[in-house]
Order: sequence, then C-alpha cells, then structure tokens
Amino acid sequence: MVVAAPDNGSSRGEDNARHVKALFRTMCRIRAFEETALDAHKAGEIPGPLHVSIGQEGVAAGVCLNLRIDDRITSNHRGHGHALSKGAGVAGMMRELYGREGGHCRGKGGSMHIADFSVGMLGANGVVSGGIPIAVGAAQGLKMQRSTSIAVCFFGDGAINRGPFLEGLNWAALYKLPVLFICEDNGVAAFTRADSVTAGPGVAARAESLGVPAVTVDGNDVLAVDVAARTLSDAVRNGDGPRLLHARTYRWTGHTSTDAAAWRPPEEVAAAKAGDPIARLEARLIADGMDASELASIRAAASAEMAAAREDAKAAPWPQAHVAYEDVQDLGAFTMGGRA
Amino acid sequence: MTTSDMTLVEAMRLAALQEMRRDRRVWVMGEDVARGGLWGQYKGFLDEFGPERVVSTPISEATIMGAGLGAALVGTRPIIEMRIFDFVMCAMDELVNQIAKIRYMFGGQAKPSVVVRMPHGMWRNSAAQHSQMLEAWFAHLPGVVVVAPSNPADAAGLLVEAIRSDDPVLYFDPKNLFQLTGPVSEPIAPIPLGRARHARSGNALTLVSWSAIMPAVEEACDSLSKAGIEVDLIDLRSIWPWDENAVVASVQRTGRLLVVHEAVTTSGFGAEIVASLVERLGPGGMKAVARLGAPRIPIPFAPPLEAEVKVTPAKIVAAAQALLAR
Repeated sequence: MVVAAPDNGSSRGEDNARHVKALFRTMCRIRAFEETALDAHKAGEIPGPLHVSIGQEGVAAGVCLNLRIDDRITSNHRGHGHALSKGAGVAGMMRELYGREGGHCRGKGGSMHIADFSVGMLGANGVVSGGIPIAVGAAQGLKMQRSTSIAVCFFGDGAINRGPFLEGLNWAALYKLPVLFICEDNGVAAFTRADSVTAGPGVAARAESLGVPAVTVDGNDVLAVDVAARTLSDAVRNGDGPRLLHARTYRWTGHTSTDAAAWRPPEEVAAAKAGDPIARLEARLIADGMDASELASIRAAASAEMAAAREDAKAAPWPQAHVAYEDVQDLGAFTMGGRA
Repeated sequence: MTTSDMTLVEAMRLAALQEMRRDRRVWVMGEDVARGGLWGQYKGFLDEFGPERVVSTPISEATIMGAGLGAALVGTRPIIEMRIFDFVMCAMDELVNQIAKIRYMFGGQAKPSVVVRMPHGMWRNSAAQHSQMLEAWFAHLPGVVVVAPSNPADAAGLLVEAIRSDDPVLYFDPKNLFQLTGPVSEPIAPIPLGRARHARSGNALTLVSWSAIMPAVEEACDSLSKAGIEVDLIDLRSIWPWDENAVVASVQRTGRLLVVHEAVTTSGFGAEIVASLVERLGPGGMKAVARLGAPRIPIPFAPPLEAEVKVTPAKIVAAAQALLAR
C-alpha cells in the first residue's frame, strides 16, 4: 500500500494553475449544487430521497478532472459530485432531481439514478456496489474495442462488504482491464460506522490481496487526490491493469436529507467542517499568491449558477403521463390505456 | 439454403456461430464457455473467435450478469451464459435492478442489448436447485423479453432474433430437449419474438404450452387424436410478449382452453393466460378452462418422487378428457 504525498504542483506551471483553479471551481459547484438541492428538498420542491456528498467534494473533483470525456464512470447513490465533475449538464441534473421535463433521465430516475451518457456518466446506482460489475464490463468492452478510454468506478466503504466488490476486482485483475476503482471512504455505511462491520485492514489490503495495486490518500486534500488519480489513471490507460484509490473523507450530513445523524459526536462533525476540503484548497491557493477575490468570485458564480438551475427546474413542466410508458422495451411494451 | 436434421443443442450452437460471424460486436461470456460450454453449445467457438470473444469466466454470476450489462453500455452485444437457470438467483440484482431498469430509469439513454441464456427445467434427476422453471417471474418483470423454445428450428431462429434484438432477451434453453432432433434450415432465419407456433390444428380444445414439456404434449395429442379428439395446439415460444391474439382466435373457435406447463401451476404463466382470456372473452366466453402444471413443491431428487411433479402425456390426456367432459 502506498500513501501518496500531496503535490504542490509547482513543476507544472501555467497549465497546473488552470487545473487547480478548475479543481476549486468544480468543488464549489458540487457544494453549491448540493446545498441548493438540500434547501429545495427541505422546502418540499424535490421529492424522494436525496443523498448528498457535502464534505466529500475533493474526491469527485480530484478524480474526474483527470479523465477524458470518453472515459466512462459508474457511481453510487451519492453521485451528484461524480456526475457534475464528469461534465453532466447542471440544468438536466437539477430538473432530474425535481422530476421535471428536461431532466437527464426525463424525470424517471431522480437523484439516485442520475446519468448522462453524453459525457460518459453511465449512471448513479441505488444499490450499494451495483456499479462495480457494470464498470468492469464497460472496461472489458472498451478493451475489446481497442479503445484508449478507461472505466472509473466510484463506491463507498459499505460496498466492500458486498460480493460484487470481490467478484469485480478479481475479474478486473484476471482480465487486466482498464478500470480504476475509487473507494470513497467516509467511514459510515448508512447509519453504521464502517469499521464496526468491516473485518481486517480494509479496502486497500483487500484490493492488493487480489493483485490490484492500491493507493490511500487523504480525500479531503484535493491536490493529493489529483496526483494519485492522475498516476493511477495513467497506469490504467497504459494497459497496466486495474488500480484502486482509497480516499478517506467525511460525510458532513446524514445518510439522506432527512437523517440528522445525531448519533455522531458534534465535535467530530465540527472537526470535519474545520477541515473543509474547499476551504483547505482556498487557503493554500491564497498562500501561494492567488487573488482571494478571484476565488470568492468563483464561489459566488457557483452559487448563482445553482440558484438559477433551481429556478429553472422549479419552473419546468412535469413530464406528460405518456412518458411513464416510454423507454421500457421495444418489444412487448405497454402504451397508455393498454398493451401495445 | 440447406435443411438438415440436427439436435436442438447443435441448432443453438449454429445460431450463435452464425451471429458471431455476422456481427463482430457479439461475444459470449460465462463459466466454461471457452471449453464449449457445459452443454457443448459453444463447441469450437474459442478456435474461431479467440479468447477475447469467447470468455470463460470465474464462477461469479453477479459479475457475469453485471459485466455483460456494462459491456453492452459501451456498444458490444454480449451473450451472457448462466450455465444452469437456477444460478441466476446469484445475479438477481444485476438482472432485475440493473439490466431490466437501466433503459427506463436513465430515460432511454441506453439500451442494454444482451441475451441471457438460462438452461432450465428438469433434467436427469437434478433435484431442487438444478431443475426449476420460473419463467413466470420474468414475465412479471418490465423491461425484458422472455423466450422459451421447444424444438431445434425454433431454438435456432429465436436465438438469432434474440441476439439481433436491442431489448434484453432472457432465453430459456430447454435442457431436457438438448438431444431432441429436428430439421433446421441454414442460414438460420430469425423468428420474430412474441409470435406463437401453431403446432397442430383441431376443433375439440385449445392447448397452449411451451418449452421442454412440448414433446409430452405432442404425444398426448397423438393419443387423443386416436380417440377422435383433435387438439388445436399452440406452442407459445415467447412468454413475454406472448401471442395473445393467436390464443384468443383459437379459443374462440374451440371454446375450451387447457394450458400445460412444467412449472408450478400456482401463479405460473398459465394463470396470466387464463385471466387474459377471461378478460377478452368474458366470464361466459369459454365452455371450460383448466391448467396443468406441477404441484407447489420443490423438485425432489428420487425418480419416483420427481415423477409426482412431472407433467406426463397420461396426465395431459386425463386433463384434456376432463375438460371435454365439462
């Protein structure tokens, strides 16, 4: 197991400055999107369950900003950040959360099933570890097609106790597939501390036992995630076989929007907030000489963008009833009022 | 075009072979497929197509199913081999929550074009975990097509169409009939999914059946014919969508309906057929209706116990006669 050292990026000059700014902007957009969505959910504007990743933005941004648009990702139930970082359109995402016309999934998926195939986002998933076999298969298909694209698979610490984790890593290693596994370890599987239900030394050791090299990073240090993700995705793209990135992070909120997670000691949550990955990067950039007002304007722009997306989604029409009958299957599908 | 007699398993082998030659996107994955598959249904494939398109996998049903889906999402067209139907229970999330849902819940962004092959039914006293027929479960599942052929020509033609279909198709190989011989024409023409085969004509009653039980049904029809009872026999072939109009047309003529399947009678697909016919023809629209299937017990091992479960020609004849007496 390798613990990646943070990179100050000084060797990469102008390009790097742009890249780091993009990391900052992406994290701010994820935060603003989810805070806006949470607020809208509390206001009764967004139906259904909503799982936000506030506090975990460094992982999604640090990984996805090292990917190409033709790389594919699969995600889990806490996937807004992954989709946004991969380039999914915000209006389509917000409308999908609202269940409105113009949502990426025509209002049939909602928060838990956000997908945007046009940017290689093959879908969030409502079943823990559900995206693992799908990513592995996508990688197998890409390899078969002699593509230089890779598959990247996001899952949480809870997923490593499900069978598809073992099966999928074994499979990926066996066929030397171009897949990068990302374990976003926020320490909590729904309402249960992950370490209380996970035997042994954890995800990286499990991966290495199957011959999948693993790197552990502080997921709240986006620059560390960035470096590790670049190194690992390069290896995967190079044909070296699968890799796993274990990113330790913290979920500021409860499991869903209605869960206060009051069982956690307040000082634990306060400490996590004090280590806010966005504020950490901001402080670092200011220390490196970046203009604080420029960073503030990036934050403000992200908030304004999401507020506008909220207004747009709120005003968007509901899907027509016939939409419920579409996209089921070509043959043997029902139409409104009876069988096709 | 040439026509020759061959076994059902050979007909399916030729169908998959033809389609893999025709379309480079088609490939096959599952346990032991590179060795020709448990049933020889992929014999010779490895030599012709190589290990990238004929992938022997670990015994990891969930990932066999889920990886097939993932590979379909990037544009390949996998044949997912489950070895024996009963093992699909280990891949139910991937089949029910993922494959059957992905097109819908993502608003039509992708079609999961896979064929899932699941050899089902009783075969050589294989007992409770290797003998089941649960096709009715999947008729209940939106998002999939369900196919269950009963003879070499249908098995080949339906498999060709299943591979070409953009829908996910659950293809139930009738494993007890793998050695059944019949004529097959090559090149193998696709048979439309959802269309029944009118297996024999008669006016006494309509008999609807499918899959591995069909030879027993045919034998029963021969016996009944000798007694002057001519059965209008419909081999459904596709369970979803099923050829409702063909069954309705026949029953309108005969007035009597007997559904025979190997699966448990209770909530079997026969229940759907009977209910649909009652809805279409009205409660008084038929003179008599009956279902014949297995009792609601697991499949036992010992041959005399298994015989209790099995639908036989004698049981079919008795059911038909009872129906006619009503």
